[in-house]
Amino acid sequence: MKYIDEFRDGATAQRVAAQVREEARTDRRYDLMEFCGGHTHAIYRYGVQDLLPENVRMIHGPGCPVCVLPIGRLDMALALAHHDGVTLCTYGDMLRVPGSQGKSLLKARSEGADVRMVYSCADALKLAQTLPQRQVVFFAVGFETTTPPTAVAILSARAKELGNFTVLCNHVLTPSAIANILDSPEVRELGTVPIDGFLGPAHVSVIIGSQPYEFFAEEYQKPVVISGFEPLDVMQSILMLIRQLNGGRAEVENQYTRAVSRHGNLKAKQLVAEVFELRREFEWRGLGTVPYSALRIKDDFCGFDAEQRFALDYAPTKERNGCECGAILRGVMQPTDCRLFGTVCTPETPMGSCMVSSEGACAAHYVYGRYQDRAASA
Amino acid sequence: MTQSRARARREFGRPLDFKRGVVELAHGSGGRAMAQLIEELFARAFSNPWLKQGNDQACIDLPAGRVAVSTDSYVISPLFFPGGDIGSLAVHGTVNDVAMSGARPLHLSVGFIIEAGFPLADMKRIVESMAHAARADSVSLVTGDTKIVERGKGDGVFINTTGIGIVADGLELSGDRARPGDRILVSGSIGDHGIAVMSQRSELDFATSIQSDSAGLHELVQAMVAEVPQIRCLRDPTRGGLATTLNEIARQSGVGMLIEEKAIPVEPEVQAVCELLGLDPLYVANEGKLVAVSPPEHAARLCAAMRRHPLGGNAAVIGEVEADPHHFVRMRTAFGGNRVVDWLSGDQLPRIC
Repeated sequence: MKYIDEFRDGATAQRVAAQVREEARTDRRYDLMEFCGGHTHAIYRYGVQDLLPENVRMIHGPGCPVCVLPIGRLDMALALAHHDGVTLCTYGDMLRVPGSQGKSLLKARSEGADVRMVYSCADALKLAQTLPQRQVVFFAVGFETTTPPTAVAILSARAKELGNFTVLCNHVLTPSAIANILDSPEVRELGTVPIDGFLGPAHVSVIIGSQPYEFFAEEYQKPVVISGFEPLDVMQSILMLIRQLNGGRAEVENQYTRAVSRHGNLKAKQLVAEVFELRREFEWRGLGTVPYSALRIKDDFCGFDAEQRFALDYAPTKERNGCECGAILRGVMQPTDCRLFGTVCTPETPMGSCMVSSEGACAAHYVYGRYQDRAASA
Repeated sequence: MTQSRARARREFGRPLDFKRGVVELAHGSGGRAMAQLIEELFARAFSNPWLKQGNDQACIDLPAGRVAVSTDSYVISPLFFPGGDIGSLAVHGTVNDVAMSGARPLHLSVGFIIEAGFPLADMKRIVESMAHAARADSVSLVTGDTKIVERGKGDGVFINTTGIGIVADGLELSGDRARPGDRILVSGSIGDHGIAVMSQRSELDFATSIQSDSAGLHELVQAMVAEVPQIRCLRDPTRGGLATTLNEIARQSGVGMLIEEKAIPVEPEVQAVCELLGLDPLYVANEGKLVAVSPPEHAARLCAAMRRHPLGGNAAVIGEVEADPHHFVRMRTAFGGNRVVDWLSGDQLPRIC
C-alpha cells in the first residue's frame, strides 16, 4: 500500500539496522525511552527490537492514554453509564479496562447500559443531535492529539445550543509526564534507571510542535528525537539518538518532518486554549499525582462539562497489591519483573495499567513478545 | 392467477404479502398461519423430496463412510452485506464446517428464530438466498423449525443450521495431527468478509468495493483430498480470523508455528481499511477461506492443486509447524523482526492513537 509500505520495508530496515550496529559503540549502553504507546506498539508489532544490537534497549514509557487513566476516573464513567437516560461514548480501547469493581464499560453495556464506541468526538456530537431525548456524554481520554477535536466538539455544541451533550474530560499533557519521569528519584538522583534519550511523540508533536521538548534537552541534558509511528521511523530515530549520544549532544531533533514543525498546529493550540484550562493536579495511573498535567473544561463552557452537570466526584482507588506498573512506566522494571505478569495479570484479566491497552508495555510484551521470554528461559 | 396462489386463497384466505407484510407471532403458533408461512415460503424455496413428505423428521439413506456432523448459529448484524447475507452465510458456514473434515456435505437442517415485525420481504430474500446457496453447495435443507419471538426479544432473525456429510474411507483429518516440519497453507486473501460486513455498519461511515468471500468450500476440499489424502487438517478461519485458527490448531496438536508475514495474502483494500480502523487483518473474519496443514513433502503439490480451483486461486504456503512446548504461533514480520500472533482477547478494538 502506497505511503505505508515504504515505511515498513524490510530491506531498508536491514540497511538502517546495519548502520545502527556500525555506529553504536560496543563499550557503552544506550537506554532509550519511547514515550508513546504508539511507538511501543510499533516496536513489538514489527519486531523492531530484534533488529537492534544487544546494548540498545528500549524502555517503554507512559504515553498510552488508556493506561495512565486512573481507575477512579473510569469509575466516574461507569457510574455515568448506568445513569438513566445517559448514552456514554468513548474510544475503542477504553471499553475493556476494568474499574475498581472489576467491571468494564463493555460489561456495563452487556448489563444494559448504553455504551457506544466512537472513532471521534464528532461522532458523539452527531449522536447527541440524533438522540435529543438522551444525555450523550463523551468520555474524553488522550494526550494533546485528541484534545483539539474535543475542543471543536464543545465549541460546536455551544454554537448549536445542544443541551444534551457533555464531555467527561480526562485530557492529559505529555511534557508534564516526561518532566515527572526525569524528576523521579530513580532517574535523577539514584541513577538506577539510566535514560539516555527520548523518542518523542509523533501525533502529539504534530499539535504541540517540537519546541516544548527543548527544555528537557537543555535542562536535563537528554537528547530527544521526535519520531513517526511507522517502524522505519522508529529505527531511524534510534539511529539519530545514537548519533547525538556519540557526539555528546543533547538536542531536539525532528525525524517526523513530514508532519511536525517547531511550533505545531497553532490553530489547534488556540482552540484548546479557548475551551480548556490547566488542572492544578491530576492523578496518573502508575505515576501518581502530577501537578499541572491535565486539562479541565473552562467555566465558560460548564454546561458541557459532565463533571458539573452530573455532579460527579473523583475518588482515588488503590492499585492491586504486587502491581509494578509504576516502576515499569518509569523504566525501573521490565514487564517480566512483575510477579503478576502473565500469571494473574493478562490481557483478558488486566490488573494494572500497562496491561489494559495493547499500547501498554505489559500488554504489548504479552501479546507480541512472549516468545523472547521462552528463549531467555530455555 | 397462478395455480399456487389460487390454492393459497382456497386454504389460507389470502396469500402472504411479501411486499408489505411482516412476520407475526401467529406465524410461529403452530396454527394455520404457520402452515402458510412454511408452505408459501420455506417449502417452496427449499423444495426437495424430504420436505415434500411433510413429516416432523427427514429419513435419509446415507452412502458408506463416516458421518461428519456440525452445527452453527448465525447471529449477525447487518443481515445483508456486500457478497452475501445471513441466509447464504448460514448455508456456506455449516457446509464448510462439515467439509473441513474432508467430508462431502449432503444435508442441512435449519432453525429460524424470527422477531415479530420482521418484514416478510426480507425474510423471503433471506430464504431464497439460502436456497440458492444450498443448490450451489449441492446440499438439501431437509428439515426445519421456525419460532417467532416478541418484538424486542430478538434482532431481526437468528438462524441455526446443522449439516451432515460423509467422510470417505482413508481420510483422517483432525486439528490434533499437525507435526513439526508440516507446512501451513491458506486458500486465499484474508479478512475480506469481516471488512465487507464492517463497511455496512451504520457507525462506520466508509465505502469500499470489498465483497464478502462467503462461499462453500467443499469442492475445493474434495480437489485437495483427491490430490493429497495425507492432509493433516483443514479449518476455516471464521470468527477471530487466521490468527485464532492457527492458535487453535497449535494448541490442539501441542505444537508451535512460525509464519511469514510476507507470504500471507491480504487484498490492498482490506489492508487499507484495517490501517484506517486500527485493526489487524490476521484477526478479521473469513467465510470462504481455509487453512490446511500438510506434510512437507506434499505441500507444493497441494498448493498447486488449490490454485487450480477458483476458490483457491491465491493459495499460498505461509509457514511451518515447529516443536514448541509453549504452543506459540510466531510471525516473522515483513520488517524483519519476530512477534507472537496471540489469541484474540475479546473483540478487536481500535487504539486511540
